[in-house]
Amino acid sequence: MGAQKKGATARVSEDQEELARNPLQAILLADSFATTFRPITLERPKVLLPLVNIPMIDYTLAWLESAGVEEVFVFCCAHSKQVIDYLESSQWSSQPNFSVTTIESHNSISAGDALRLIYERNVIHGDFVLISGDTMSNMSLTQVLQEHKERRKKDANAIMTMVIKKSKPSPITQQSRLGTDELFMAINPVTKQLLCYEDKAERSKGFISLDKTLIADNPSIILHNDKQDCYIDVCSQEVLSLFTDNFDYQHLRRHFVKGLLVDDIMGYKIFTHEIHSSYAARIDNFRSYDTISKDIIQRWTYPFVPDILCGSSAIKVERQGAYRASDVTLSRSAHIGSFTFIGQGTKIGNDTKISHSVVGEGCTIGSNVTIEGSYIWNNVTIEDGCQLRHAIVCDGVIMRSGAVLQPGVILSFKVVVGQQFVVPAYSKVSLLQQPTQQDSDEELEYADNTSGTGELRSDKLNGDIATDLSETAYELGTGGVGYIWSVFEGAQDEEWKHSVAPIPTDKLVKLMLDKDEDEEQLTQDGNVLSASGELKADSDDNGSEDDDNADSRDDYGFFEKEVEATFLRAVHENVKVDHAVLEVNALRLSYNMASVDCAGAIFYSMMKLAVESPHHSASELHRNAADIITKWQKLLKSFLHDIDEEIEVILKFEEMCLESAKEFAALFPQVLHLLYDKEILQEDAILRWADEKEGADESDKVFLKSSEKFVQWLKEAEEEDEDD
Amino acid sequence: MDFQVVVLAGGNSKKLTPLISKDVPKPLLPVANRPLLYYVLHQLRESNLKDLIVVVEGEDAALHVGSWISKTFVDGLHVKIAAVPEDIGTAGALRAISHHLTAKDILVVSGDLVSDVPPGAVAATHRRHDAAVTAMLCSVPVSGSLESGSSGGKDKTKKPGRYNIIGLDPCKQFLLHIATGSEIEKDSRLQKRILHAVGQMEIRSDLMDAHMYAFKRSVLQEVLDHKDTFQSLKQDVVPYLVRSQLKSEALLNGISQAEENGNEKLSSPNNQVLDSKILANASTPSFHELYSMEPDGSAQTRKTHKCCAYIASSSSYCVRLNSIQAFMDINRDVTGDADHLLSDTSSDRDNIIGPSPKLGSKTTVGPHCMLGEGSEIGDKCQVKRSVIGRHCRIGSHVKIVNSVVMNHVTIGDGCIIQGSVVCSNVQLQERVVLKDCLVGAGFVVTMGNEYKGESLARKEK
Repeated sequence: MGAQKKGATARVSEDQEELARNPLQAILLADSFATTFRPITLERPKVLLPLVNIPMIDYTLAWLESAGVEEVFVFCCAHSKQVIDYLESSQWSSQPNFSVTTIESHNSISAGDALRLIYERNVIHGDFVLISGDTMSNMSLTQVLQEHKERRKKDANAIMTMVIKKSKPSPITQQSRLGTDELFMAINPVTKQLLCYEDKAERSKGFISLDKTLIADNPSIILHNDKQDCYIDVCSQEVLSLFTDNFDYQHLRRHFVKGLLVDDIMGYKIFTHEIHSSYAARIDNFRSYDTISKDIIQRWTYPFVPDILCGSSAIKVERQGAYRASDVTLSRSAHIGSFTFIGQGTKIGNDTKISHSVVGEGCTIGSNVTIEGSYIWNNVTIEDGCQLRHAIVCDGVIMRSGAVLQPGVILSFKVVVGQQFVVPAYSKVSLLQQPTQQDSDEELEYADNTSGTGELRSDKLNGDIATDLSETAYELGTGGVGYIWSVFEGAQDEEWKHSVAPIPTDKLVKLMLDKDEDEEQLTQDGNVLSASGELKADSDDNGSEDDDNADSRDDYGFFEKEVEATFLRAVHENVKVDHAVLEVNALRLSYNMASVDCAGAIFYSMMKLAVESPHHSASELHRNAADIITKWQKLLKSFLHDIDEEIEVILKFEEMCLESAKEFAALFPQVLHLLYDKEILQEDAILRWADEKEGADESDKVFLKSSEKFVQWLKEAEEEDEDD
Repeated sequence: MDFQVVVLAGGNSKKLTPLISKDVPKPLLPVANRPLLYYVLHQLRESNLKDLIVVVEGEDAALHVGSWISKTFVDGLHVKIAAVPEDIGTAGALRAISHHLTAKDILVVSGDLVSDVPPGAVAATHRRHDAAVTAMLCSVPVSGSLESGSSGGKDKTKKPGRYNIIGLDPCKQFLLHIATGSEIEKDSRLQKRILHAVGQMEIRSDLMDAHMYAFKRSVLQEVLDHKDTFQSLKQDVVPYLVRSQLKSEALLNGISQAEENGNEKLSSPNNQVLDSKILANASTPSFHELYSMEPDGSAQTRKTHKCCAYIASSSSYCVRLNSIQAFMDINRDVTGDADHLLSDTSSDRDNIIGPSPKLGSKTTVGPHCMLGEGSEIGDKCQVKRSVIGRHCRIGSHVKIVNSVVMNHVTIGDGCIIQGSVVCSNVQLQERVVLKDCLVGAGFVVTMGNEYKGESLARKEK
């Protein structure tokens, strides 16, 4: 009886759950908000770029469908029209249990903006899968969803589950095989909670630092350097509202994930789910494009491989991973090597060798062409004798006979390479000129904020630009059309890192050597830093002190400049003395200086102003100085509380006379007298200065001598006072 | 086994006053009626490690300890007693006796370790990996009883030195990071280089460095010679070796060559090299080897050394006696849960209740108690969870709970002793009440006094 009852209640609650159950939703960001695929992405959105002859987004959608997602919201921003048009004409618009809805935006510049917009639309009603349209996977979502839901039941703060996969970065380049930077994650091995996420850990070079509270809270933490972030996240609804609450969250990882990990007020938690046998990877740069293409050809992403995804259209897999469409025209003497894809309607001439490459549809490839490790998209014409190694060649490119692409070249749409022209390694060639200002902050996928202009531009391309260019763009040899983009300064060295071409061995060797040197230093640093406090070797101690001194000297330099600027502004804008005092005081506090520093800096500014204001003779300079001192004496006096500070002013003046303002050297006694008259300097200060200087070197006593009379007079006056 | 054992039995630590004094140096402090040093020596003998150097601070203490050892361990152990000056630290002590070290590997054990972890297992792990250093790690002791639970917790926060932050490789064989002392209170900084080589590192804060290390002698001597600022094994030498394991300084490898050339060694150098090669090949290449093999897998371009960890199983007992709290805990545990530490073949066998104590009528001695030989207890007394030493005289109506009473103590009628330590030769007159007190050796508490949470000791003359 009791058992029955129990069963009944259980059923009821299950029913309720069933009722409350929402169809599984996914947000697919069809914009990477990055510029890594430029110049190609100036003309076509990244998600529509062909990956082994099929647009990336198709892989993503096919996987989402197979994983049981019922509703996908595709967020498009850059080239949104192209994405929408493509989706409308594709099979995805007419699937029975799989709805694809597009959300268009023209002014989103980051994933954060996108999620804020989606939140406003109020279309997400439960847990959802958040991915970008360039993610390849064949993993099952069942387990991760279940884990996520169970965690949510126990702890409402467990709002996100990240999918990770093992992938050890190369020990030499510190880069994963997908070309992404190394990633450090700290995970609690029992709960799988993510505790720390460092992708660009440049801050503390050579060291990873773990917060002490993490260690206190978790008896065991596993710090991973061998995991890759798959950028597949199972999120709860709160994630969207969190983005809305924190309007400064832009990047999913850099801001959102790190923000949550750091923030301990709300206590939101992120968990990880590791996949072992299934595939998941995101195309982040050209290297990952290359890697993932190879993975697809080698069928790691099964069932999402070209011959299955294309369905009926006949693509056959032959031995050694050679994929060939049915109507390829292949010369008898052409040699198609292993792991190569040849698309429909492509013609290949005599004695042409192709290996480890993808050739798209409708391409015409002449004779004696060598293609190795390259990605050739659709309708490309490659004339006789060309050589391509590790290059990406976009739609409509024409390579005239004998042209050569060195490793790492990217030819964007409709570029023409002239006869016999050798495109240097790692060049990026486009019909569009390189955008002059780099909007590096915003990292847009396209130059302008509206897709309209993007469209316009491509229209224009078809027409006149090509003719315009033929005159200007001889960068690609005779008959060549296109601009070779220059590499930004500083990025030059990095180019090879993310290129399609494998990393050349000489680079690796160099890198090894560099690294060893770095480490040499780091070991030394490390020894100093991690040795328990009292252990520091004496020499090291000295070193760090020197550093400190250098720092404080720098600080003083900045401080002096700031004070000078403040003072000049006060002079030019007739700021009241009281206000100037306040401002200088504020500066003093923010730079953590003493008032003696202020006095020195103000006096320096005053004298500098005197020197810089026009004068013809020493007497005019004296008058300038007198004017300024008279006018601003109150400012100076408010920082002269005791004799030490006054002496500092004298010393400063001496220093100036020796270095920056030698014109004052002759006027030293006069100015000193002036300062005394204005009661800025007391006689005690001057006398003590004179005493101090008495024992100094001859060279140091120049000014003492020049003002000997004045000092003498002061002394006598004092004695008289005493006599009285 | 070519292993020499160094037992560091120094440390007249202030933390243990007034329990230890000139007459009772720390190694001879009675723990469950046996000198503290007994526990270590016993384990070493069980592991068949018989070539021992016991390092004691101060000549007097060395005499005391020496005479006790020669009395107790006449058979089976080959013990050398070395006296070193006080306050030179563990590394300093080793430096001082460095000339006695001849074996290929050295096992260094702290004399205040009360543990059932076989030192032989640590030595074997060390040999298996041909490591430069192997450290024994055990679970952080949990204070057992409820009363001491809270104070135990406080103890930990006060003295983080008892804790370590330890980084291990996924197989838990290698020691990748170790933080001791004040570093624990700071954010941990972990070397990326080691992480790159290993891939993942487990960071544990629930393990404790038990101060039992096996060193390669050549490495140890090199480090001691070259880093003359190093004072402590635990805080300086071991962290240094762990830190530099992938960037082994030339001296570490240079010395092994020097050793090969040297001819004063006991066993032939060829054999040593062969041994280590065979042992190295026995296991699959560790990340150390992989790291040193780069870039082309041929020449060993980088110098590495291995730092291993022997992790005692969580069920094993392992506590260092370095505080009053630890003293109380160990006394309680040894008579209670960890009584297997006492079962042995030693000559002065002490059962839980010794052979000849005289108990008065209606006196009850509860479980987890120990009564030493020749002690007498009067009528209607209660003894609970306490240790009472030899030849004590305890009057009637006395209550002793959660306490340690050492030898030759006289306790008058009607005393109540709770959570206290009463050292040897103390006299408690009638109706003394002690709660959470420490009474130093030879002290006399006069009639009817009540003390709470105090430390009573004779003034040093």
